[in-house]
Amino acid sequence: MCRVSARCADTFLYALPVSEPLPMNRLLPRLLLTPAVATLLLWMLVPLVMSVYFSVIRYNLMQPEQTGFIGFENFEYFLTDPSFSVAVLNTIWLLGSVIVITVVMGAALALLIDEAFPGRAVVRLLLISPFFVMPTVNALLWKHMMMHPIYGALAQVWIFFGATPLEWLSDFPLGSIVIMVAWQWLPFATLIFMTALQSMNREQLEAARMDGATYLQQLRYLYIPHLGRSIAVVVMIEMIFLLSIFAEIFTTTGGGPGDASTNVAFLIFKQALLNFDAGVASAGALFAVLLANIAAAFLIRLVGRNLDT
Amino acid sequence: MAARSKYPPALILRTLIAWLLTLLLFFPLAWLILTAFKTELQAIAVPPLLWFTPTLDNFREVEERSDYLLYARNSLITSVVSTVIGLLIAAPAAYSMAFFKGRHTKNILMWMLSTKMMPAVGALVPIYVLAQQAGLLDTRTGLIIIFMLSNLPIMVWMLYSHFKDIPHEILEAARMDGANLWQEFYRVTLPLALGGLASTGLLCLVLSWNEAFWSLNLSSAKAGTLATLIASYSSPEGLFWAKLSAASLMAIAPIVVFGWFSQKQLVQGLTFGAVK
Amino acid sequence: MSYLQLRGIEKQFGALHVIQGIDLEIQRGEFVVFVGPSGCGKSTLLRLIAGLEQTDAGSVMLDGRDITEAPSSQRDLAMVFQSYALYPHMSVFENMSFALKLAKVPQDQIRAKVERAAQILNLTQFLQRTPKELSGGQRQRVAIGRAIVRAPKVFLFDEPLSNLDAALRGQTRIEIAKLHRDLGATTVYVTHDQVEAMTLADRVVVLRDGRIEQVGTPLELYDRPANQFVAQFIGTPQMNIISASQAAELVQATGLAAPAGGAMGLRPEHLQLCAPGGRQLQARVELIEALGAETLVYLSTPAGMQLVVRQNTRSALRVHESAGIAIDADAAHLFDAQGRISRVGRTPSH
Repeated sequence: MCRVSARCADTFLYALPVSEPLPMNRLLPRLLLTPAVATLLLWMLVPLVMSVYFSVIRYNLMQPEQTGFIGFENFEYFLTDPSFSVAVLNTIWLLGSVIVITVVMGAALALLIDEAFPGRAVVRLLLISPFFVMPTVNALLWKHMMMHPIYGALAQVWIFFGATPLEWLSDFPLGSIVIMVAWQWLPFATLIFMTALQSMNREQLEAARMDGATYLQQLRYLYIPHLGRSIAVVVMIEMIFLLSIFAEIFTTTGGGPGDASTNVAFLIFKQALLNFDAGVASAGALFAVLLANIAAAFLIRLVGRNLDT
Repeated sequence: MAARSKYPPALILRTLIAWLLTLLLFFPLAWLILTAFKTELQAIAVPPLLWFTPTLDNFREVEERSDYLLYARNSLITSVVSTVIGLLIAAPAAYSMAFFKGRHTKNILMWMLSTKMMPAVGALVPIYVLAQQAGLLDTRTGLIIIFMLSNLPIMVWMLYSHFKDIPHEILEAARMDGANLWQEFYRVTLPLALGGLASTGLLCLVLSWNEAFWSLNLSSAKAGTLATLIASYSSPEGLFWAKLSAASLMAIAPIVVFGWFSQKQLVQGLTFGAVK
Repeated sequence: MSYLQLRGIEKQFGALHVIQGIDLEIQRGEFVVFVGPSGCGKSTLLRLIAGLEQTDAGSVMLDGRDITEAPSSQRDLAMVFQSYALYPHMSVFENMSFALKLAKVPQDQIRAKVERAAQILNLTQFLQRTPKELSGGQRQRVAIGRAIVRAPKVFLFDEPLSNLDAALRGQTRIEIAKLHRDLGATTVYVTHDQVEAMTLADRVVVLRDGRIEQVGTPLELYDRPANQFVAQFIGTPQMNIISASQAAELVQATGLAAPAGGAMGLRPEHLQLCAPGGRQLQARVELIEALGAETLVYLSTPAGMQLVVRQNTRSALRVHESAGIAIDADAAHLFDAQGRISRVGRTPSH
């Protein structure tokens, strides 16, 4: 039996050496990959192509017959909408505040509980719980239980100290959203940092202690640099996922009062499903995708480097 | 003296601060749990009640509401089915990339991860229009498809790393023992990967269950999930906080517990392995 | 007709030429050890025999059958891995019976074979445990048991003792030697430890950079190394090697000279310490290692040569004292400029 046909017969029966696939054996791996690759390809391309298409035509969901190519008019409309600049600023403010709060507090918490103390296991579980709460429950929890000006817990605290309770959602709509989202994502950051700290070289710390380093010095020269990578990851991940903050706004402030708590995602939603202007909404969506791409580009490079290890 | 020394005073301080912060941060959830067991009047008592006789009435009332059960079923079905279908698609792909590594494997993997990095809002309009045209608006099928697509990259990535964690010498030993490809997969790889499959499935179950963006936009009365139901309570109709708390608690409790078991998977899955 | 035959084996990993033309014949029932420094290709060669890597060129014949293209599962070979590679989700019994189950051997035969192997290896009380519950040494025996049960044509061992601690290593080495004595199976054993090579092997294959440096019985390699590399690799402490340019004193002391550009090799036990001041080589003690049963004395000569002397009596010498070194000229190895052996003592080497 010649070499070639022997290999063919064995193609699907016998496993390949781990180090190298035979050229003839490429069929099976490709077959296995196809469903996932095809599905994701569609998932990526179809919305993108459709968005591009919609963004350059007139398309109102209520009047789908009135279409026509209108070039960049949708973009112009979206970008010059006074709500747009407000939404962008709100988005930046929202993103920035949540990221800063979660990273700073997350790192502090992770450092605090890095070394053992009584009840550490329970503390860990309690700290990460908020992340697994449904966003709509999260929103209503804060809106009614915490921030309600009369019966809410925060109001009770204010009264206890003799001050007038704040009208969180009406006076500080964006701030309230920031609190809700930060509360939900803090556990995420904390968990990431806890994981990163666990991989820290303990002997390095002991060497530093023997060299006479104070805690602050250890923090500055050992802990923070080690956390640097994971801080970058947390920032990038949050940038990507927080761009689509929607449920909290939808459930509590509805973007208001006015535009005060509208972010880019909510603005697109408003255009699409409240004004039914799919064209403008698509233009806005492409803009959001562009923003996300910036963060994603950095993240992908970091992930890529990790995949080699 | 470094604050990290083992001497009691520093340890006590750290323990106190850690517990204080934890209780503060957990307070909103604790308050929710407490309120679920109060009567409506107790729920709005001023100053707030900390001691009271707990009642299960709220839970019973919520359960009796037919729409709660409907939404709960929708949540359950959409999460479970989308996770199962996702695993069926992701597992072969992950297997292929882990054991038949080719020149383009890394690129394909990174591309798959990048599809998760696009904000959901970017696809809102096209998906809405498509769903409308296909008659999938407000259907469980529509939600299942979307949930599955959202989580597919994470599933592939996590299964890939679980497959890679299987020491290749064990597979070589199986080959030396005379196993062909199918036997090797069925008797060795699969049993060893079962744990990874389960934990990945659990994580994606959690993510689908909590999924609010697509649930709110693509479903309402018929296929709505619990996320949608809770959102519809946003305009208070009279005093109903205890019931709201009970409903919320029932919706989140199992998932939070699942979440406790998915910590490691969460870190790996949502950071795409960038944090070890 | 040899049992296992390697002809012209070549293997490349990318640009790295790991195996560069290996020819080897192994007889039935032989215990052959592949030994060499890290990176010499010994594990790769073993994996090529096992079928876990594909050869780029050359052929592998086993018992008259060409297995070069055959997949691992069809070669009738059993391998004991360095990390044992036990199936974590199976009990010891299932681990050991896996291959037989795949071959559809009847259940009662399986049971008999596994129990016999377990008895030989003292594993009978562990048969229902999982690998997690076993110690390193026990896992290793399960790995060996897994191979024995199959009664393959050839046993392959990939550095099986390197993950064990020193005491266990010595013990297990003896057990492996006894197993071979009792079962008489053809074995190919890879190690970087030359003590294992010397004690276990019928024949040793010394490898370097993908090539065979020498094949022979352990004592052949020890007494008549084919080149400087083998001479220095086999034997602890290492053979004293003095390059020809530095060997003026030695030439005088022994009446022998190495070829130009070459070196002279002297085993530590072929040197003897005597009182200073005589006609012998004079040297100063640098260090003394008293190992109990033998003593190693490290000395340096005025010309800068560093020598080790081995004796099995205790030494009364102290550091920095002077001593004379008597050299057994008949045991001196002379290597040429390429490192090949040119002469041993006063007689030419071939």
